[in-house]
Amino acid sequence: MAEDKKGLSRRDFLKTTGIATGALVGGGLIGGLVGYNVNKEGQVAGTGGHKGAGSEQGGASNRGLMFFTNMGEFNVLSQAVERIFPEDDLGPGAIGLGVPYFIDNQLAGNYGSNAKEYMIGPFFAGEATQGYQSRLTRAEIFKQGIAKMEEEAKGRFDKKFVDLEGGQMDEIITAFQKNEVDMKGVSSEFFFKLLRQATLEGAYADPIYNGNVNMDAWRMKEFPGNQMTYIAEIENDKFMKYEPKSLSSMEH
Amino acid sequence: MATTLDKVDVVTVGVGWGGGIIGAECAKAGLKVLGLERGKSRGTEDYQLIHDEFRYGVRYDLMQDLSKETISFRNNRKMRALPMRQMGSFLLGEGLGGSGTHWNGHTWRFLPYDFEIKSMTDKKYGKDKLSSDYLLQDWGVTYDELEPYFEKFEKTAGISGEDANPFWGKRKSDFPTPPMKKTPILKKFEKATSNLGYTPFMLPSANLSEPYENPDGESIMACQYCGFCERFGCEYGAKTSPEITVVPTARKTGNYDVRFHANVVEVLKKGNKVTGVKYIDTQTGEEFIQPANVVVLTSYVMNNAKLLMVSGIGEMYDPETGKGTLGKNYAYQILPGATGFFDEQMNVFMGAGSLGMTIDDFNGDNFDHGNLDFIHGASLSIVQTGVRPIASNPLPPDTPVWGEEFKKASIHNYTRTLNIGGQGASIPHKENYLTLDPNYKDAYGVPLLQLTYNFTEQDKNLHKYLTEKTAAIMKEMGAKTVMAGSPITNYDIVPYQTTHNTGGTIMGVSPDNSVVNSQLQHWDAENLFVVGAGNFAHNGGYNPTGTVGALAYRAADGIVKYSKNGGSLV
Repeated sequence: MAEDKKGLSRRDFLKTTGIATGALVGGGLIGGLVGYNVNKEGQVAGTGGHKGAGSEQGGASNRGLMFFTNMGEFNVLSQAVERIFPEDDLGPGAIGLGVPYFIDNQLAGNYGSNAKEYMIGPFFAGEATQGYQSRLTRAEIFKQGIAKMEEEAKGRFDKKFVDLEGGQMDEIITAFQKNEVDMKGVSSEFFFKLLRQATLEGAYADPIYNGNVNMDAWRMKEFPGNQMTYIAEIENDKFMKYEPKSLSSMEH
Repeated sequence: MATTLDKVDVVTVGVGWGGGIIGAECAKAGLKVLGLERGKSRGTEDYQLIHDEFRYGVRYDLMQDLSKETISFRNNRKMRALPMRQMGSFLLGEGLGGSGTHWNGHTWRFLPYDFEIKSMTDKKYGKDKLSSDYLLQDWGVTYDELEPYFEKFEKTAGISGEDANPFWGKRKSDFPTPPMKKTPILKKFEKATSNLGYTPFMLPSANLSEPYENPDGESIMACQYCGFCERFGCEYGAKTSPEITVVPTARKTGNYDVRFHANVVEVLKKGNKVTGVKYIDTQTGEEFIQPANVVVLTSYVMNNAKLLMVSGIGEMYDPETGKGTLGKNYAYQILPGATGFFDEQMNVFMGAGSLGMTIDDFNGDNFDHGNLDFIHGASLSIVQTGVRPIASNPLPPDTPVWGEEFKKASIHNYTRTLNIGGQGASIPHKENYLTLDPNYKDAYGVPLLQLTYNFTEQDKNLHKYLTEKTAAIMKEMGAKTVMAGSPITNYDIVPYQTTHNTGGTIMGVSPDNSVVNSQLQHWDAENLFVVGAGNFAHNGGYNPTGTVGALAYRAADGIVKYSKNGGSLV
């Protein structure tokens, strides 16, 4: 476990994020981030790499930002999701699991643009039982929500969100959860729900989506991932432990 | 200007279980059948990367594209109906196999009581057991009349089960394949329910216990218990679905074809007959008219009702006057249940969609309702479907939903939590109905279907009574903490509940209170048939597919007979 956690702390993440920001100044976005993400051993920075079996994560990662262009925003997102799913003695938190990259990548695609959803007006707020009625896409909601988190940090503590203590961040996230923050075109409670759900998705989705790095969230939860069959073991009384497998093992 | 195509004998709108069964049976009888499917072709070879909770379970890869078409919803007539912008409460299907691709495979025969619910309730409890606001009526067909068709569907699907339930209708033959494996989790339920004096039995399953060849010569494989059924296709061809059974059966006759990306927008009617359908090729935008001697609506509940409404066939139901039949008796399902937190870890990630045990002691009229303020009930089951980590984050009462404590509790309890759930009957109410939305349209310019629905007093009472029963079973199973389901209040279209929508195009004995006759033939057009759970006059205490399959096989017999002789089948 200790080995698996190598390079997972938030401090390390901030440090490497700082490097990435530096790279942005000097070079192109993609080049800078790829350079930052892959360290000398070909491992994904801040992830613990591919120790032992279950090595589908091996090889160079092309992980990078597809949606955010402002590292300040990405860093607020990163700190917020880490509070929702923090690193602890069980294993990595959202940052160590790559959740911020997962969310960024999702916001750049169908999820962010609500491509498979009915987005034709007229739009009315509606009752809670009628669900999502915003004209905003998720990409727009995340941008606005993150800006609001930064605003709350300034207003409440006169600091940047990423410079707050954990408890102060929690106070702000709780205000969103309780729908106490004014947002435009959407409620803060709704943004909180999106953020929480996206965090869980990033933590526990197959690593092919750039979260759940090294399948460490599956290891914590003892979910074996993509196993072809349990027919020989399903009648066992004993709890069965497996080395998890990613879908990437299917592509060979 | 629409292009008119060559006439066929039978056209089905949609190719899931309904379209596949009608297609296979009519093609076997020598009729030329065309299935119009708005989605794409797909089959077992497309499910090789199916063990992906995120793509299929969370992002709904196999489901309907709501950007093209959805429904609108309100709880009651005073509310403004708004579009269901995201999938939630139920998961609409699309593509070959329809919802029959991503079902779990629970395959029940509705109880004899269900088909004669009005007569039997009146006889036993008097006419005032429920107020007249509940639109209770008999189906116009009895269990005994349907029995051969239940058997036929089960043989096509190779259903695995055991005839060990004292409460269900008499079976002429045993299940085609033996029950699935009885796992330690199922045994906990078996022991607890036996201790409490109930009669547990293995849930009838379309995830097969052994390889099977059906009477049409189609092969279905043995389930591997991989834990990816509901919302997923089966990469082994071990979960019976239309694309591995009735569709290939239809195709090998040489009399059957499916046209994909064909979205039907209207049923064409002239005088007292229909002449065919109009559809749009969703890839080119071209309009076509497909003439047919017989039109069969075999899409989902929602779309079958909508097509009749936009085509002006039948009288729309008006909740104000009670007149009209099209859209009435929409019902859903009531879901009592309890969660139990255990000390020991269990192999909860292993499983299959229909790997379960059930008791029917509180279903239908299997228990006395004399002193109860509701009718009917629910099958109560434990189902080891295989729980997955994004969706399953079980939290004991009063645990925060995020942060350090959340993470620890959700990880700890993931392998230590079990659920007992009921499929509760849903009795139609005069205020719960389907109509056309006056404001919102789909991508083809056709109005959205509008759903007005809320839970009733009957629903709330049924839910409360049965939730207590499930909690008692969970306690007997040895859970250290039992969390009973919260009482139901207003129906909420956001959280997933069940894709067991019924009604709107109900069957019956009279055109005064039903849309189709007991052969599913439309009262106003003898060559138009409407097939699916929309025919249910109420929703029973089981999953609907077994009963849909039986009704479809019976309708197919009628369509073949009609094609020879014409006229009304009743």
